[in-house]
Order: sequence, then C-alpha cells, then structure tokens
Amino acid sequence: MPETIAFLEPKPSVLARRQQIVEDLADILPPGCLISEKRGLVPFETDAFIAYRQVPLAVALPETTAQVAAVLKYCSRYGIPVVPRGAGTSLSGGAIPQSDAVVIGLSKMSRILDVDFANRTATVQAGVTNINISEAVSADGFFYAPDPSSQLACTIGGNIGMNSGGAHCLKYGVTTNNLLGVKMVLFDGTVIELGGKALDAPGYDLLGLVCGSEGQLGIVTEATVRLLAKPEGSRPVLFGFMSSEEAGSCVAEVIGSGIIPVAIEFMDKPAIGICEAFAQAGYPMDVEALLIVEVEGSEAEMEAMLASIIAIARRHGVATIRESQSAAQAALIWKGRKSAFGATGRIADYICMDGTVPLGQLSYVLKKTSEIIDSYGLRVANVFHAGDGNMHPLILYNINDPEDAARAEAAGNDILKLCVDAGGCLTGEHGVGIEKRDLMLHQFEQVDLNQQMAARAAFDPQWIMNPSKVFPLEGRPAA
Amino acid sequence: MQTNFTPEQLTDPHVAESEGILRKCVHCGFCTATCPTYVTLGNELDSPRGRIYLIKDMLENGRPADEEVVTHIDRCLSCLACMTTCPSGVNYMHLVDHARIHIEQTYKRPLKDRLVRNVLAAVLPYPGRFRLALKAARLGQPLAAAMKRVPFLKSFGIMLDLAPAGIAPASSASTPGIRPAQTEKRGRVAILTGCAQPVLKPGINEATIRLLTRLGVEVVVPQGEGCCGALVHHMGREEQALAAARRNVDVWVKAADAGGLDAIIITASGCGTTIKDYGHMLRLDPAYAEKAARVSALAKDITEYLATLDLPRQEPKAIIVAYHSACSMQHGQKITMAPKILLKNAGFTVRDPAEGHLCCGSAGTYNILQPDISATLKARKVKNIEATKADIIATGNIGCITQIATGTDMPILHTVELLDWAYGGEKPAGILPSP
Repeated sequence: MPETIAFLEPKPSVLARRQQIVEDLADILPPGCLISEKRGLVPFETDAFIAYRQVPLAVALPETTAQVAAVLKYCSRYGIPVVPRGAGTSLSGGAIPQSDAVVIGLSKMSRILDVDFANRTATVQAGVTNINISEAVSADGFFYAPDPSSQLACTIGGNIGMNSGGAHCLKYGVTTNNLLGVKMVLFDGTVIELGGKALDAPGYDLLGLVCGSEGQLGIVTEATVRLLAKPEGSRPVLFGFMSSEEAGSCVAEVIGSGIIPVAIEFMDKPAIGICEAFAQAGYPMDVEALLIVEVEGSEAEMEAMLASIIAIARRHGVATIRESQSAAQAALIWKGRKSAFGATGRIADYICMDGTVPLGQLSYVLKKTSEIIDSYGLRVANVFHAGDGNMHPLILYNINDPEDAARAEAAGNDILKLCVDAGGCLTGEHGVGIEKRDLMLHQFEQVDLNQQMAARAAFDPQWIMNPSKVFPLEGRPAA
Repeated sequence: MQTNFTPEQLTDPHVAESEGILRKCVHCGFCTATCPTYVTLGNELDSPRGRIYLIKDMLENGRPADEEVVTHIDRCLSCLACMTTCPSGVNYMHLVDHARIHIEQTYKRPLKDRLVRNVLAAVLPYPGRFRLALKAARLGQPLAAAMKRVPFLKSFGIMLDLAPAGIAPASSASTPGIRPAQTEKRGRVAILTGCAQPVLKPGINEATIRLLTRLGVEVVVPQGEGCCGALVHHMGREEQALAAARRNVDVWVKAADAGGLDAIIITASGCGTTIKDYGHMLRLDPAYAEKAARVSALAKDITEYLATLDLPRQEPKAIIVAYHSACSMQHGQKITMAPKILLKNAGFTVRDPAEGHLCCGSAGTYNILQPDISATLKARKVKNIEATKADIIATGNIGCITQIATGTDMPILHTVELLDWAYGGEKPAGILPSP
C-alpha cells in the first residue's frame, strides 16, 4: 500500500478502550447490527479507492435515526472518531475508515418513507440507493435527476456527502440543486432537520453547506429530494471524431452557443474499447474520441436540437454520427458508459481522477494529460462528463507493483494540479476524501481553508467526524 | 484489487485461479445492489463484495475457515446476480466454489449442520431414496410444526413441510432408451433425466420428450446417468461432485459417439449451469478435461434448443403468463430472451415481474439450510409476481417451482409444459383457467 497519504495517528486512549467500546456499542444496538470481530471488519477497510486501506475499530449498522444518534452520542462522549459509510462506492476514499474509528453504515436504512407527487418530492432514508428513488416513481412518470455512474449501488446519503453529479447533471444540476431537506444527526447525537419540501427555507442556507460536507458536519439519515417529470422522449446520439481535440472543441462550441442537451459524455479510444467489450452497445470502434449527446423532449424539440448540434459537430470534423435505433440500444449505450470504471477492471487496476476545467480548456487539458501520462510511462483511458468540463482520466496501473502504484499516484496529482492551473478545480463530483486532501493547498490559500475549518468546527468542535479527510493534516486547529 | 499470495501458494492451481479472479475486482460495489441477501440484510458481509473480501483474506492467510466466514458464505444463494451486474468480469461463481471446498476441507460444522447436510447429500441426488423419503415425510408432516420450534430440528421440520401432497410413481420418461422422432427427423438429443425433478414433477420431462419427438427430434435417455452433482458441488463436497460429473460425462460421450448428439437437453436450469461448467470443474483431470469440455459445449437448456428449431407462430391465446426467470437461467446461463420469445410465439401474453433479477430463495437446498432469508425472498418474489395479475407463472427450474408454489395460489408450470400444449400436446392437467 502506498504511504503518500497519511491518516491521523490513532488515539491511544481509544485503542486502549477497544473492548469496552465494543461492549457498550453492543448494548446500544440491536442484535446483528454491530461488527466487531477482526474477520468481519476487514471487508470494511476500504471503498472504491482501493489503494488505501484501514481496518476500523468496529462497524455499526443502525436501523433507525435514534440508533445513529445513540452511537454518535456515545462516540462524542469518549472522543471516538466516526466514519459514515453508504454503499462504500467512493472513488476518493471518503468512506475509508481509520483504525480507531467506528464506521456507521447506513445500509440497513433503505426505506422510501414518502412520495408526494403534489409537491414533487420523495423522502427517503439515507441508505436508499440513488436508482431506487427513480424506480419507485417511474411508473407514475417521475424521476430523480442526478445520476452518478454508480447510481445502481450508491446511496442518497453518500450522494449528499459528496454532492454527487452524473451524466444528466448538465441540464438538471447536481445533488445540491435537487435536494430539499435532510434529517441529520450531529456529532453529539442531536437530531436536526434542515429544509423541507419547499424550494427555500428561512435563515442561512445550511442545507447548501451540508451537501458536499463529506460526512464531517453530521450524518444524514433521511433526505427529501425533488422529483421531476420524465421527458416525452429522449435519445442518445453517438458522435465519433478522429481526435480528442476535435471532440473537445466541439463540446465547447455546443455549450458556448447556448445549447444545453441533457448530457454530453466523452470517451477516448481506450475507453470506447473497454465499454464496448462490456456492453456491446454499438459504439464506433474506428474513431479516436466519442461524444454521447443525449437530447430529450418532444420529437420536434429533439430534431431541432440535434440539427443544431450536428451542424456544429460537422464544423469540428465529426467522422461518424449514429442515433440509437431503439430504447434497448439507448439503454445499452448508457449501460456501457455508466459501467466504464468497473469495466476498466477487465484490463487493469486504475485510479479515477475527478477534476473540472473550463470548457475552453478541455482540448488543452486532454493533450497535457496524455503528455503527463506518457512521461510516467503509464496508460490512460478518458471517460467523462464533457458538457460540464468534469474530467475523469482513469490512470491504468498494476496495484501489485508498488513502483507502478507510486507512479500512478504521482501522475494523478500532476493531472489534478493541471486542472487547477487551467482555471478549474480539484473535484467535480467525487469529493476530496482522502485522495485529494493534500492537494487542497494547491486550490486554496490557508486562509480559505481556515474559514472552511471554522465552519466545520461549528458543527463538530471535537473533530471526530470523518477526521482524516478533506483538510490537510498540517495547519489544522488544535482540537 | 491488490492481492498478497506467496509464489508457493500460487503453485496450487485453485489458489492461482482465485488470485486471477480477485485481481479483476476493482471493489466498485455495483454487485451489492443486486445481491438478494444484501438487499434483505443490509450488511456488506452478506454481499458479493464483502464475501469476496472475506474469501481473499482467508485464502491469502492460508487460514482454515472459521464461523464468521462460514456464516456469510453459507448465506450466499449462488444466484450469480452479481456476475450479471459486475462490469469487471469477476468470476464470483468459481471463487465461491473454491471457498466452499476450502470450508468443507478445513471447517468442522456443528453436529446439527452436519446431520442436515449429510441427509440432503445422501437423499436428494438419488430418485429412489428421494421418493421414499418424500413418502415418509408425508407421514411425518403432522410433526413439522413442532419440530420447527426446536432449533436443532428446525431444518428437518422444514424438509417435512416441503414434501408435496401427491407423489407420482416413477415416470416412464426416465426409462433408458431411444424415443424416435414422430415426424421427419431433424435432430438427435440426449435428455438429462435428473434426480429431484422427475420425482417431484415427472410431467416436465414427459412434456419435453413429447414436444421434441413431435417436432422431429429423436430423444435418447441414456443408461446410467444421474444427478448432475450441483447439490453436493454447492456444499463444497468436491469429490462427490466430480464423481457425478465424470459419470455423466462418460454416459453422454458414449451416447454422442454411438449415434451423434446435437445437444444434451436440460430442463432444470440449476443443473444446466453446473453441466455447462463441467469443462471447468474437470479441467485439471487429464483423462476428463477434453471430454468434459465437449459435454459442456453440448449442454443446452430446453428453451435454448427450442429457439433453434424455428417453431411456427401460434394463434394468440387469452392467457397471461408471468415469466419468472430462474437465477440459474438468467445469471448462470445468461438465457434471458429465448423462453419469453418462445412463449410469445406460442400465443401467450408474457409479463415480467418487477425485480426479476432477485432470487426467489429456493437456490437448491437454500430454503432448507437458510429458511428465514429464503422465506423473506419468497414473499418478495410472490408479491412481485402476483402484481403482474397474470393467470399463470412459467419458469424453467424445479427449485423455483417448488419454492414459489408454497407461497401463492397462482398455478405455476415449467415453460416447456406450456409449449408442449401450444404445439399439439395435452392441456396441462387441472391448473389452467378456462380461456
């Protein structure tokens, strides 16, 4: 395991009380809701950022908000670190525990509590998967818009923690734009509610602060989200280009001319090969770069928007244009795209970057990314949300080779710094987690971080909530 | 993901194979979402990703299996929904097979578990013993409720409960011999008579033989074949499973050499998944590797084979069928469309129940070994099926038929029984509504 990213030193006082803590948690939680034996703890040592691993002290799987509150109240009393976990799909290590931490997993809280079509809202427990919300309201013609590629598995609680995005967020916005309210447990067990079913709430927009706070301000146990009516129709269209630069400049002109399709997704040649092997979606295999552009609405609306996009694409040398011929093919096109990261596992280990750049810089950053990768002697596959400039270079390497792993990590850092230097930022939708924590000073001045940490400390003065994440270990206030 | 095996460990071909499987997993977590036990219990240790990690940790450390690991591996249904979902191509089936062998070799189960498993392994694969046991079970059924209240006897009480009311005499469909084509001959196949299915529902293979011979296919019932070995294979009893596989390979190779075979027809998809894996199971046996691979290539689910025969489209019938795709059919064998297309062409209206990817909880002997999870999954499955408001349920696996039938009043048939009727056979007895 690489050791470039350090975790906080475990608290000796907590480790020394391990047995007592486990016994106390067993009293607080119902049977079957606590994991404390070493064997059972190991599978919780990481999430989807598998380069780093830490076996936790215990895993609590509460079934109710009251149980979450009881565990937090207990942990805060003894200064025990807490790491919240949804489905453990974080690509930035947001759910990786530490050896003195109690993981609070929300996987048993997976009920949909209320669907209110009159107000277009759904209220769900935090462990409900993203796609379950859309599935629950689909028959009535509604859906929940943010659609992370891991939407099959990832939970709404995790989505709120990371302010997750997804392919269709170009038009509909990310989690924070679709979140109306939460029930949340604070570090000391206090249960609060923020927002509600309406668009705005009185006072500060604390909901906006909580969304994307990576489990450091509290643990969300219930969420009220906005539902949208499904469009009349939707159609993904494939645009193949002979260079990534042409595809990148095409995206910039589409967005720059004021056209907002539902999604514009980018894949380079290695990514096309990987996704086609898994999904057999009929992606063109003879192009260097592919854009999946989805339009939606009535037939006339789709036709009109497509015509404008095709005209722009022709100016950028588009080589192939393929419209999906059926609902089944459209589903395969998205299945391939959304499985891209996992499907990469067929050919190599990877770390998935998540930087965002201004659209005008897309072509430049793609070109520089290849140069960086080449200079480390590595390979890369690019598959990302081009419409909002949210890049995901997948750096391919061999995790069993420590030197290769170190090179991959260094290349990743260079790429993220490149995104910042190009006027963009470190994260698009995966959060900072542990992965990008030490790069925060490349993005922010210390004074910026101090303000953020002050806000954090207002919610969690003890710094027990997911403490190794987001803020560099140096320069933190004394807890 | 990262693995830590010594070169010495990797000289064991089973370990080497598992290492290759583990290296493909990127820990993305997609598999958790479609795992019936994770969806039911909400604990990652009861998900594919959790089990993969438990297995990895156990194998890497060369450790005997222990109670914690066994508990969570035992809860796995082997439904293989995770393999349909996995974008990385992780072969969970072969990994969990290896783990089960390791458990069987290194872990001593409590007495009750050993008793139950020994009884199942000694009875179910043998039609004669199974028929006898079912008759005895009918006599013992009044005791079932009381037995289920005693933890030690719970599994036996459940076994008694599962025994059906009427036990048919041994079916002529299982008698070895050749059933000639009734019309112009266009194919020649062998049929797996199987073990539990001909005892519980002899009508399935009878309908299969009627339909195939009527369509011009000669059907061979070879002498000497028996249980495919899936049942003991899933218990990790590898020698028993391989012995069953070798016996069947010998029988089918002989039949193929004697008169040629276009396919080995299997009417229970659970068996089909295992027989299609014979090539892999016997890959390390030089005397059998090639023959086993040949058998696996010939193995076809009945619907898979019928789909190659271009059956004529039939007049629509006023019957709505809820098609329940067995896990071994959709995940194990990746046969998803063929049965539904056959039913539609035969004139039935076909509906897909919601959450079709989730197991009904039958899973071989799972309903006996893990009764609580099994019952939860059955209730969920039945609710989804009944919501289709269909007239009848069709499926392709005897385990599902037995399981679902105990949870609903809707009639349930094997797909081939409906197809036999649609293509000139008798109407299946007493369970179809009048159209």
